[in-house]
Amino acid sequence: MTLLKGGEIVADEWAAVGDDDPVPAGPAIVSLQRWQGEREELLRRNHPVGVRLASDEASGAPGAPGVIEEISADLDRLGVVVLEFASFTDGRAYSQARLLRERYGFEGEVRAVGNVLRDQYQFMLRCGFDAFEVVDPGKLDGWREAASEIGAWYQPAADRRQSIPALRHAARGRA
Amino acid sequence: MYRYDEFDRDFVAERVEQFRGQVGRRLSGELSEEEFRPLRLLNGLYLQLHAYMLRVVIPYGMLSSRQLRMLAQVARRYDRGYGHFTTRQNIQFNWPKLEEVPDLLADLATVEMHAIQGSGNSIRNVTADQFAGVAADEVEDPRVYAEIVRQWSTLHPEFTFLPRKFKIALTGAGHDRAAVRVHDIGLAMVEDAAGEAGFEVIVGGGLGRTPMIGKTIREFLAKRDLLSYLEAILRIYNQFGRRDNKYKARIKILVHELGAEKFTELVEAEWREIKDGTLELPAEEIERIEAYFADPPYETFEADDAGYLAMLAIDGAFRRWATSNLFPHKRPGYAIVNLSLKPLDGVPGDATAAQMEAAADLADRYGFGEIRITHEQNLVLPYVAQRDLHDLWRALDEIGFATPNIGQVTDIISCPGLDFCSLASARSIPVAQRIGRRFRDLDRQFDIGELHINISGCINACGHHHVGHIGLLGVDRKGEEYYQITLGGSADENASLGEIVGPAVSYDAVVDAIEAVIAAYLEHREPDEPFIETYRRLGAEPFKESVYGKESVHDAA
Ligand code: SF4
Repeated sequence: MTLLKGGEIVADEWAAVGDDDPVPAGPAIVSLQRWQGEREELLRRNHPVGVRLASDEASGAPGAPGVIEEISADLDRLGVVVLEFASFTDGRAYSQARLLRERYGFEGEVRAVGNVLRDQYQFMLRCGFDAFEVVDPGKLDGWREAASEIGAWYQPAADRRQSIPALRHAARGRA
Repeated sequence: MYRYDEFDRDFVAERVEQFRGQVGRRLSGELSEEEFRPLRLLNGLYLQLHAYMLRVVIPYGMLSSRQLRMLAQVARRYDRGYGHFTTRQNIQFNWPKLEEVPDLLADLATVEMHAIQGSGNSIRNVTADQFAGVAADEVEDPRVYAEIVRQWSTLHPEFTFLPRKFKIALTGAGHDRAAVRVHDIGLAMVEDAAGEAGFEVIVGGGLGRTPMIGKTIREFLAKRDLLSYLEAILRIYNQFGRRDNKYKARIKILVHELGAEKFTELVEAEWREIKDGTLELPAEEIERIEAYFADPPYETFEADDAGYLAMLAIDGAFRRWATSNLFPHKRPGYAIVNLSLKPLDGVPGDATAAQMEAAADLADRYGFGEIRITHEQNLVLPYVAQRDLHDLWRALDEIGFATPNIGQVTDIISCPGLDFCSLASARSIPVAQRIGRRFRDLDRQFDIGELHINISGCINACGHHHVGHIGLLGVDRKGEEYYQITLGGSADENASLGEIVGPAVSYDAVVDAIEAVIAAYLEHREPDEPFIETYRRLGAEPFKESVYGKESVHDAA
């Protein structure tokens, strides 16, 4: 597994910790369950903590407060939120990432894991993901290319890029 | 009509190149078919029984003559010289080669067309009333909002991998020709107490395996809130729609399982968070789009054209066509002209390249260069002066588009069925053709009057059989083609789902069964009562009896 950030392959400082493993020193990513069960101990370590959400957990049951909402109060203590694409055709994490960024103002890393492919890269960037666990590191050019295939988009989203309506408005202002 | 500006042009051009890259990676083997599949679907490209099929989207069914000529050119250059207009106001080409599709799309881009979201689990091409802007009974022109929704939904970063496909339809008229109650979201323009126009929001309608009529979740939505409200609905659906079972993944199932009330609560709560944000539609933007849909430079007529009235009086064949194929126009002296793509022995919705070019020429000569596609798979010239109708009619007759059968028994909506579709259980097109032959007599058709027959080749219901006055659903009975008959469906403002009237009938018997249904109608109708009204008044019994005989009425339920 390779970590892609800012268009570069970077070393992953975060240890992914299984539910039964001891938590090592240094930045550690734990499951939501473990975070909820061992929150105080994890914070006492004085090392950065991240939480990994499975796509089912992150949305929750309809009507129940979503897990994103539940952990929203803790977001300033988390360095990473990991969202999962169980399959690249499962688009729930796009909504979850936007909620983290736009509704709850999360400024840490939002990491995409699972079936993360270059043809979804632009959508992920737009929804606020900024780190990507990629299976095949050999094609970095392809990923860089994918990030710029479309220059301007119609919708405002978490990347805060100017949308086409905003660009039109600005162009009319200049005219 | 809407014209691309530099932003739209760049966007579509970049999209073509992006897809060219994806096709290249598929051809080189870098992408597996499994990985390529959602990418090609997002660009309207299917793999069918015999070949690839490309669905080119026609936003809200509106085309310029220039665009129609390009579709003809595409049909010649990349296909076998014809195209197929669909029930969702799109056009399909059945024989393109994968390696040529990027060039095909680049050709389309020169006339501001594309295939984005022609398929896939995305927000599909937005559809609208085919008579938008010219209908006499319109609150406001829905195309303005259809265009706004089209832009917002195009490669939406959050909603491109939904649980399932997602269809939005709009109408601005009292009489619903856009079937808004059987869409994932239907938007019907209404006025509030102060006379301000906005939208009634209907969610969770749909056909397919589990047909449902949509629920109104908001009686009135202000225009400025249109996009934020749609975004709220889609966000709820994207997170909570079922992904464990393809057949339970449409939003109608979520609405049904949660209950409309709970679903509405979720949407409203989400909407409150985003309603005054960046998606708010400024009046200025609405006006900017409105300008694209301004009326064409009409001539001013005081009354009906005298020459037209005279021709009506003396030319019986013309009169029959005028009565069947014209609709009232909001301007005096003008008519809305329907071009029938349902000739005897034809394939419903098919048009050859030559026919498309001829229709484009006629649109230029008589109709301000504009053509509409209807979900009944016909074409429309929306602004023809009555003065020109007789000449136009003769010209249409020459290209085979003047069959006087709009809305009648031979104006059949049919999916491609077993002849093309890999999912089919039975043939559809040959059944439509056989019904067409049986009822070919124009006097008889005319006497039967308004009657919609819809045929689907399998339970996926692409022929919308549930909302046909008479619906036929192809089923496979131990390798034999059978057809289940439903009666009493309707897709308009009084939307209803057809009821199954008895056991499915065989391929050989299906036309007789339809004739028996119609015989019962003719026997029981009151003066000027259309089929659907007679059915609603009497219920299924007399029709069942006519198809299955007296005894079966009681045990066929
Ligand atoms: S209804 Fe069935 S047979 Fe007809 S086009 Fe749809 S999937 Fe194919």
